[in-house]
Amino acid sequence: MKLLELSFIPARLVIQAMPLNPGSHLVLHAGAPQGRNIEWLYWSIFWVLVAVFVLMIAAFTRAGARSHVSAWKPLPIIENDEADRRAAWAVWSAVGVTVITLFVILVISVVTGKRVEGLTSKNPVTVQITGHQWWWEVTYPNSQADQTITTANEIHIPINTRVVVLTNSADVIHSFWAPSITGKRDLLPGYSSAFWFEVDKAGIYHGQCAEFCGLQHAHMGFSVIAEPVDKFDAWKRQQLKPASDPSDAEASRGRDVFLTHACLMCHTIRGTDAGSRFGPDLTHVASRNMIAAETLPNTAGALGGWIVDPQRIKPGTKMTPNALAPDDLQALIVYLRSLE
Amino acid sequence: MAVAEPIIPNDQDTGQSELAHRLARTWRQSGGFWGWFSNTHHTDIGIRFMVTAFIFFLLAGILAAMMRLQLIRPENSLMGPDLYNQIFTMHGSTMIFLFAVPMMFQGFGVYVVPLMCGARNIAFPRLNAFSYYLYVGGALVLWGGLLTNTGPDVGWFAYVPLSGPAYSPGHRADIWSQMITFTEVSALGVAICLATTILRHRAPGMTLNRMPILLWEKLVISMMVIFAMPAVMIASGLLLLDRLVGTHFFNPAEGGDVLLYQHLFWFFGHPEVYIIFLPGAAIISTLVECFSRRRIFGYTPIVVSVVATGFVGFSVWVHHMFATGLPQLSESFFTAASLMIVIPTGVQFFCWVATIWNGRLQLRLPMLWAFGFFFVFLIGGLSGVMLASVPLDLQVHDTYFVVAHFHYVLIGGALFPMFAGIYFWFPKMTGRIADETLGKWHFWLFFIGFNITFFTLHFLGLRGMPRRVYTYSPDMHWHRLNLLASSGVIFMTAGLLVFLANMLRSRKSGEIAGNNPWGDAGLEWSVSSPPPAYNFLHIPTVSGRDPLWEDPPDQPIVVGLRDDIRETLVTHSLDADPQYKEEDPGPSIWPFLAALTVSATFVGSIFTPWAVPIGAPPVIVTLLGWLWPRGHSPAPRLAGEL
Repeated sequence: MKLLELSFIPARLVIQAMPLNPGSHLVLHAGAPQGRNIEWLYWSIFWVLVAVFVLMIAAFTRAGARSHVSAWKPLPIIENDEADRRAAWAVWSAVGVTVITLFVILVISVVTGKRVEGLTSKNPVTVQITGHQWWWEVTYPNSQADQTITTANEIHIPINTRVVVLTNSADVIHSFWAPSITGKRDLLPGYSSAFWFEVDKAGIYHGQCAEFCGLQHAHMGFSVIAEPVDKFDAWKRQQLKPASDPSDAEASRGRDVFLTHACLMCHTIRGTDAGSRFGPDLTHVASRNMIAAETLPNTAGALGGWIVDPQRIKPGTKMTPNALAPDDLQALIVYLRSLE
Repeated sequence: MAVAEPIIPNDQDTGQSELAHRLARTWRQSGGFWGWFSNTHHTDIGIRFMVTAFIFFLLAGILAAMMRLQLIRPENSLMGPDLYNQIFTMHGSTMIFLFAVPMMFQGFGVYVVPLMCGARNIAFPRLNAFSYYLYVGGALVLWGGLLTNTGPDVGWFAYVPLSGPAYSPGHRADIWSQMITFTEVSALGVAICLATTILRHRAPGMTLNRMPILLWEKLVISMMVIFAMPAVMIASGLLLLDRLVGTHFFNPAEGGDVLLYQHLFWFFGHPEVYIIFLPGAAIISTLVECFSRRRIFGYTPIVVSVVATGFVGFSVWVHHMFATGLPQLSESFFTAASLMIVIPTGVQFFCWVATIWNGRLQLRLPMLWAFGFFFVFLIGGLSGVMLASVPLDLQVHDTYFVVAHFHYVLIGGALFPMFAGIYFWFPKMTGRIADETLGKWHFWLFFIGFNITFFTLHFLGLRGMPRRVYTYSPDMHWHRLNLLASSGVIFMTAGLLVFLANMLRSRKSGEIAGNNPWGDAGLEWSVSSPPPAYNFLHIPTVSGRDPLWEDPPDQPIVVGLRDDIRETLVTHSLDADPQYKEEDPGPSIWPFLAALTVSATFVGSIFTPWAVPIGAPPVIVTLLGWLWPRGHSPAPRLAGEL
């Protein structure tokens, strides 16, 4: 029994240490139908396993308690064929129960799998997600090129609508995972695959790369912003516009800074000469909540710090430091923050 | 016939001290500096495997503590991603390739198996010694890499294309790949030695159905090693070719395939789990029998379960790859296979319960560790059932939930049995019993610390914390659980310090053990502790599964082996009838020199392909020296002469 009691100490400590936070990055408080199906499967299997655990520990404890002798020197060998025959019966029953239990787990697992994976909707929203070291390129493909939206790290979706995700990777293997929505899917270079998800509660769902992808695997977050259809459509219309022209002199100077420095080697701002797709598309960067793949809030200060020395914030990131004059930096920040 | 009349059990045999003297002279290992390197006796090599592997366990443990220290709070600046990635890669690679397999399979196997078989030495003793030195070579290459800031940083699995030439310039990934080559050649060598010893050097009378369960498990593991290791050597070999000579096996831009690597790696990687766990189960079966003071319940079901595990273990590898988006039908197949492998493990658990239930349990120190194993491995096995389910796995794959799971399985399935086994065979190795009180302190400190650290990680996984992140944002609210997890390290470290103190102290001043302190049934307990250089004065014969418990006092022994050369007995692989007498090749410096030249070639080929043609002649020279015919003919002689 001593063994059993002691085993509860860590569990108790854990429970004390865990007032559930309201963050939306939890496997067991899903905000989407698929996640809730998986959560149901989790608890079903969990309680079966708890029962097995209790029975097994009880069996070992009882076996040890009833046969324990406190002699120190090795005792002579005993034989008891009659008891062994009874034990054989118990062992084979236990094996039978194990097989049945495993079969039940197999069935509920496969059924849940079908429910989570099978796609039936006719009019899904399609999102192409391409993994980069260390950010997510998000494209809403359309047969007309000027109707295609490209953004980064923040995936807007309408609620109660199936979202089909086409996956790809530009470099190494990444894995797309928003725990409160559904399970993960690897983004493999050289393979295109598809999966779907759906969210029925509006909100911001956090996600993160789940496959080790190099130096900044830890800072490769994204968010899924689920909103009512009308808000989603409004967002889409806004995103389809090219970047707005600078409204004042400082922003105008900021644009010049952007177009005459290293920025345009990697980034796109539609409506200007900057058209490289190596880094995130910045056409509407001011409309995002976070920058640097969910690493920093999208504030003027954070943006400035990031532009000047990204290697300090995300060591190893592909973005180079930019030693801009203070005035230039100020103008650039003003310009970027005007790109709603 | 082979078995002759003299009847006296050899441990009480005082009248034959003259024979013992002659055997000791014949089987003596040369002393001195070079003598140490030319030793080919299995007890010495086995202990070296264990000590070396344990040193690397401690080193990898230090790395683990560093990781726990880094994660103790969000945005910790203790180390950057470059160092952290090296550390977690080194931790995993060291624990798997330099500790778990060399300790559980090679160390215990090489030490115990020939003694349990009743053999004078392991089969192919020079290959065995060579395997040890090659393993040390691989270990030094890997750790030399870390110490020169060239430690691998691509994970212990080194997925392409991240580990390929485009994303991992420099030599870090090369060192990882080449370390695989070293350790896998070493494991293959020992697998051949052990399988041959078990099949051909068993004492007369030890038919297959009388083999101790431990020997069955070692045989199955050896076969698994022989089939699994080539897969990872192909994977790491092709990766090296991609990196060194510009092939494109894994380069998607040129039609290479990144998933091929994962299939090759996990085709090895999952059997590897059983290669690590089955030696632990073998130790547990041995201990449960000994400390329940009765024959093990369900010998046949346990053996069948072990063999079944050996087969089914090869058909579950895809459950490491569920997230790659394979078709649902094939995923379901691997779910079923992964659940199926629970059954043989369950059978073993039930048989252990039944053995204890109907026995008389003596809760000595090794058995306490066996109970620790039951508890810890049970939790790991049950969370493994969750991971077999595709939808659940897609949620917790690559999170700390999985980290918790496989530490429960590997620490439960290997480390707890390892400590049980060390305390159990320590008297055989040193002649003294390890201190029981210190052993209990060690147990409780380690057990509590382990559960604090690793049980907590389940919760972190369910809260979405991915593996292999060097830091995390305070907004994720993972810091309290991380702090709790890290605090367990203190207890585990204290436990390990107690263990080390116990080993050092008991080796010198522990209670004298005698031949058989636990009253166990295995043949290794019939000889003195530590065993003499020739192991057995007379090769024993056996007439049951538990020789020392069942054999009558007038059990025959084998006579007729020469005592002026190192003669060993080869028996039939099924019914263990004597067939041949064979000469043990004896100590030799050549395996060590061969390991040196092979290591130099392997290391050189990290830097230039020319190392292969330049390194080949010295390798050939050392192999010639190794295989050079000895003065007298070792032609096999029929056992009829016995």
